[in-house]
Amino acid sequence: MSLLFYISSVVAIVATLLVITCHRPIHALLYLVVSFLAVSMIFLSLGAPFVAVLEVILYAGAIIVLLIFVVMMLNLGQEAALQEKQWLQPKVWVGPSILVAVLLLEMSILLLRGESAAIQPAVDMKRISLVLFKEYVIAVELVGFLLMAGIVGAAHIGKHKKKHPHRFLQNGKENGHADNNENNKEVKPGELLKEEMIHN
Amino acid sequence: MPSFQTQPVLIVAAILFALGLTGVLVRRNIIFMLISVEIMLNAAGLAFVAAGARWGQPDGQVMFLFILAMAASEISVALALVMQAYHQHKTLDVEELNALKDGTEPGFG
Repeated sequence: MSLLFYISSVVAIVATLLVITCHRPIHALLYLVVSFLAVSMIFLSLGAPFVAVLEVILYAGAIIVLLIFVVMMLNLGQEAALQEKQWLQPKVWVGPSILVAVLLLEMSILLLRGESAAIQPAVDMKRISLVLFKEYVIAVELVGFLLMAGIVGAAHIGKHKKKHPHRFLQNGKENGHADNNENNKEVKPGELLKEEMIHN
Repeated sequence: MPSFQTQPVLIVAAILFALGLTGVLVRRNIIFMLISVEIMLNAAGLAFVAAGARWGQPDGQVMFLFILAMAASEISVALALVMQAYHQHKTLDVEELNALKDGTEPGFG
């Protein structure tokens, strides 16, 4: 169990180090998945299997998928196909695969050894849910508000409805003469450039 | 009584947090900064779960659930902001996104 913890933490630290040193976002995301899986193994070794499952489902599943969606959407262009070919080269996925193979080996040893002390939960599920919905019920409702605000905010901000830039950005062109600041002239070319960039 | 020592877990959590903080401070790509924030939140959750397992109390795991929900809503709003910033400025470099800075033209360094 202690060995399980040490191997997982070494994998987590190495993967996180590679995340913050990678140049391409997609490589960093692959290593980030490995990092989350390794932290999930640490949770398992701490006797918190529920949290380990949530880590895999929510962090390594939902959040990573969201990040990958955005990275893919921002990379649209004529070089996208070329990039796709580059991403499928072995040197992209060999590093994460080795680290994940270490974790998989760990987990299979844990499963094959049968009744292991590591899977015994330190706190049983019933107590967690009782505390969650008794003492922390206000916090649970506040988290519900937070998630609602997050959904509405993301839908509103992500809405793609931009026909003209903000009024601060366009007043150099339209009512710029009404303004009395004298540095209006030097602001103007940049704003014109900006507007035509936005219209493109 | 727990069958593990708390100190190595906390050291690992501190290392992960420091790596995330380094990522936020060093990288200039806004997506990498978001990823580093996620790493920091994950490390904080690890510390919470370790403390909860140390004392045999469920509060640590409950706190991890809250951190998880907060990270999910934060990343969704932040990614929507990243999409908007990219569509308006055509860049993800935080050095270029300085429209709020004094004395510069909006959007251009």
